[in-house]
Amino acid sequence: MADELLMGAYICKGCGIGDRLDCGRLETTATRDGKAKFAKSHDFLCSAEGVAMIQADIDAGETNHLIIGACSRRAKVEAFNFQNVTLSRANLREGVIWVRPDTDDARETTQEMADDYIRMACAESKFMKLPKGSGEQPLNKNILVVGGGITGMTAAIEASKAGYPAFIIEKSGQLGGVMAQLNKRVATKSPYAEPEDTTVDALIAAVEADSKITVHLNATVTKTSGAPGRFSVDISTESGATTNLSIGAIVQASGMKQYDANQLTEFAYDKSDNVVTQLELEAMAKAANGGPIKRKDGKEVNSVVFVQCAGQRSDKEGHLPYCSGFCCTASIKQAMYFKDQNPGVDTVIMYDDLRTPGAGGEDFYRSGQKKGVIFTKSSVSTIDASGADLTINFHDKILNEDQSMSADLVVLATGQVPNSGPDPYAVPMELEDDASAEDKQAAADAHEVAIGVDSILNLDYRQGTDLPHLKHGFTDSHFICFPYETRRTGIYSAGPVRRPMDSMQASVDATGAAMKAILEIESAAKGAAAHPRSGDLSFPSFRIEGCTQCKRCTVECPFGAINEDAKGYPQYNESRCRRCGTCMGACPVRVISFENYSVDSIGQQIKNVDIPEEFDEKPRILVLACENDAYPALDMAAQNKLEYSAFARIVPVRCLGSVNTIWLTDALNSGYDGVILMGCQKGDDYQCHFVKGSEMAHYRMSKIADTLKTLNLEEERVATYEVAITDVERTAQLINDMAETVEKIGMSPFKF
Amino acid sequence: MTDVVATNETILVVGGGVSGMTTALEAAEAGKQVILVEKRPYVGGRITQLYKYFPKLCFPTCGLEINQRRTKQNPNVTVLTMAEVTSLTGSEGNYSATVKISPRYVNENCTACGACEDAVEAEFDNEYNYGLDKHKGAYRPHRMAYPERYVIDPAMIGTADADKAKAACKFDAINLEMQEETVELKVGAVVYATGWRPYDANKIQPYGYDRYKNVITSVEFERMNDPMGPTGGKILRPSDGKEAKDIAFIQCAGSRDRNYLKHCSRICCMATLKQTTYATDADAKSTVYYIDIRAIDRFEDFYQKVQKDENVKFIKSKVANITEDRETGNPILNGVDTEGYNRYATPHELVVLAVGMEPSLDASTLPEGISINEHGFIENDGTNGGIFAAGCASDALDVNRAVQSATACALKAIQVVNRVAGSEG
Repeated sequence: MADELLMGAYICKGCGIGDRLDCGRLETTATRDGKAKFAKSHDFLCSAEGVAMIQADIDAGETNHLIIGACSRRAKVEAFNFQNVTLSRANLREGVIWVRPDTDDARETTQEMADDYIRMACAESKFMKLPKGSGEQPLNKNILVVGGGITGMTAAIEASKAGYPAFIIEKSGQLGGVMAQLNKRVATKSPYAEPEDTTVDALIAAVEADSKITVHLNATVTKTSGAPGRFSVDISTESGATTNLSIGAIVQASGMKQYDANQLTEFAYDKSDNVVTQLELEAMAKAANGGPIKRKDGKEVNSVVFVQCAGQRSDKEGHLPYCSGFCCTASIKQAMYFKDQNPGVDTVIMYDDLRTPGAGGEDFYRSGQKKGVIFTKSSVSTIDASGADLTINFHDKILNEDQSMSADLVVLATGQVPNSGPDPYAVPMELEDDASAEDKQAAADAHEVAIGVDSILNLDYRQGTDLPHLKHGFTDSHFICFPYETRRTGIYSAGPVRRPMDSMQASVDATGAAMKAILEIESAAKGAAAHPRSGDLSFPSFRIEGCTQCKRCTVECPFGAINEDAKGYPQYNESRCRRCGTCMGACPVRVISFENYSVDSIGQQIKNVDIPEEFDEKPRILVLACENDAYPALDMAAQNKLEYSAFARIVPVRCLGSVNTIWLTDALNSGYDGVILMGCQKGDDYQCHFVKGSEMAHYRMSKIADTLKTLNLEEERVATYEVAITDVERTAQLINDMAETVEKIGMSPFKF
Repeated sequence: MTDVVATNETILVVGGGVSGMTTALEAAEAGKQVILVEKRPYVGGRITQLYKYFPKLCFPTCGLEINQRRTKQNPNVTVLTMAEVTSLTGSEGNYSATVKISPRYVNENCTACGACEDAVEAEFDNEYNYGLDKHKGAYRPHRMAYPERYVIDPAMIGTADADKAKAACKFDAINLEMQEETVELKVGAVVYATGWRPYDANKIQPYGYDRYKNVITSVEFERMNDPMGPTGGKILRPSDGKEAKDIAFIQCAGSRDRNYLKHCSRICCMATLKQTTYATDADAKSTVYYIDIRAIDRFEDFYQKVQKDENVKFIKSKVANITEDRETGNPILNGVDTEGYNRYATPHELVVLAVGMEPSLDASTLPEGISINEHGFIENDGTNGGIFAAGCASDALDVNRAVQSATACALKAIQVVNRVAGSEG
């Protein structure tokens, strides 16, 4: 029976559906128009009894394609969770009866709405296959950790503790990274009063003792190809030897480097040995080994000034616009180095905003005050290094006057710069389809020059060698709720390469990234998608005979999942794919599809809506709504009993990026009077979890004007909106606006 | 009876806010059995009460939708709402938890059709909106509340209204006889994601929250700005219902202060900066009284953006006290502007106290010897066996960092249950 299509339709009469709609007619619609094998109604379909009825039909081999006409697909998900069958939901509650008035006048159009949703669900069901997972990759538990600082070591140790072997690739000759250069670290434990051991030695010992962790020193990643579950990674050492590793997922913990203080000429860093960075002071404290800290010229330091935000939080050319987040507590710790050794040393911290958050930060700040560290709200203008000592010129913000003081030593809190690779999107990759190979190479070269940093991962991906940057070179996620929502599936950045952070946060972050790497390994082995469509077993495939090698899918994939083979055909990498369908929306020849989501599974829904004749004056408005934001907003409009036009037919889509223009041209050609697209916010603060879906849709729709012109249709018939999940009233209003527009400009002439 | 299957390979997550949901979902999607215990009738915690997030000004319900969808789809997660862990004993790999489940009076037959709500008249203070409005005796706490089931307020039990609610339900979903029950669970690892509560503003006597109507808290202000909130998204003065056009924000209200909360809650500066954008959108002016603006790391961008807004003024000062102009109802802020040492006594139409985060953890439910610092946060210092703290149970964190912490805790818990299962390697 395996592939035989057995469509069974179930209509729920509960929640007022049975009172408001003719369910017998819906059954007929399902069997006659929708070609369902059978249709049944039930008073309370989501009840244990209703669910048992459906399960019995499945068990008896009566049906393997379910059509459930009841509430929204977002409701009663647990009840309608059947294994090994496809499921299509016709939204008769939130989509029909709750948005229409219960009046005699409205009865006919409300019923037509419901009939259409049943036809649409049947059409979808017919063109859906049960996704089975590709089996493209095995369970590969190996985790590659790029960087052997505390972030990398922590990620490796935590992964290993859960049973996943880790491979640390460290560029330098030893483990420990920046933390190994520190004398001590800021307090991480109650009572948060004293500097603590950095723990680097303990971490190195733990790594070395762990049989599941392999360390490659003096090594870099020279090539990463494949996909989660089947990454093939070349590791090269300085000597030229190359090792190949088979890897399941990757944690990038490439860390930070110190901001180049030579750029701070106003602070005389380039002129005086007595102006040092925080990291240089750590070396001096280490060298002092508990004794008095001495300057390079041998003089004991009796007075020290810390300049916070040196070259940070500044819009000056070459400065860092951001706050590095760790320097305030680091300076307090360093002032303690002096105070703990000799309370007589003057330590002054010059700051604008002192940033010591959380339980520990504030305690540590108080401890510094108790030890006699002076805090001055001020801005340092210049440092004069011409004399034997240094003169610090500053504006005291409390006294509101310019002052100066002298000190033996000045420490600049210069902040951190991420060690990220080149941003694939730093220079817009605007390569026209017909650009020559030379032009493309030239563009690529210019791109590399513009970036000027070495690649960390050397990804053999169509869309660049490294993780995309979010801002200021950090490879962070764009999402507040999902800090590990990576744009390169299976590759998670952690530590100060991801966002500015201190060592305690970096350890937490490393553990979090290791968790995501493990989850991706397990998901890839099942053929399941990663967040946000976690668990989705469908994957894209394409008909090679129809493909014109136009490369739109490879260029537009927001996750760089698709490569090109030697002939220019797309190479899908299922476990890199997030199943948004942007490729499907991009394809001009419509050869890309998922088992349960395809040009047909949506296109046939659109085609199966009954289009009344022109003189019936019953227009049809197609609404393609993002399933994560616009569709829930419409559901909530229904909960709030907001009414919208009975002529709307709403189809949820995975992402507006998956909308293929053929759906619109077909809809317009077959007599729809208006089309509305509802996607997420686009632009810098985009809210689309598939990055560019909404943006792509807006772009593609801007081109649809030509189609409308050819058809001699008004431009207003197609509207694309950015809609948020909170736009409850607005979504309903947008539909009503379109209904009004149609009334004004008249019915489409394309009714058959 | 609530039927829950748990073994010492099960992970118990206490608290179903964004942190608890994250821990539960990450572990469940990696194949582990998870029980998520939430005190409220719905998951999502305090993020469900936020209108927007800083710094993107996007909507928390967008992420909530994703996390709820993940929860609905995943049979590895069992969600117990209106449930609290009242005691926990045992050691790593072998804990016993006692869970008290309060009666919802509504069972899983509920379809959230709303018939019971329509049938009843009694109204009660709406905790979800911090008491700024009322909900019916049969209610859905908010529009996206999951589980998608109504709740009967216990105060309505025994009244005629309760019978009306029951009569209105066609699905036999209302059971007025429902009793509190206690469930014993055997679990291997426990993640506390008990979150935070706003510091009680009544305790900050000099600011007169209990005396002056137009002094409100930041969490109340947040609800006010939600178009679906108690004031329909309008910033209305509680005293006269007029739109406030001159709003003062007092930072560190009860924080960084020996008399109240000693710690800095990290989020309040950014939350206020975000809330000044609400004010600007409503054509109101904002004045922010602060000690230090803690817009840490790349949040600095947002601070700089707000500084450019002409409608927002910053005064470096810890406000000494608030008095009231009886005639206008305007609170008057008294203090010294420390930049230049100038005294002020400035009236504003509305004052928002940026109250800090106090951990919600009830330490008495934990086994002996767990590291809890003086601020009431659990420290993940490696000495707590199979017990871990995620999100604001571990420190005052913003949502992004709370989720990082929760993701990390999922792995720590997995390590424990993997050891129990002997499935390492």
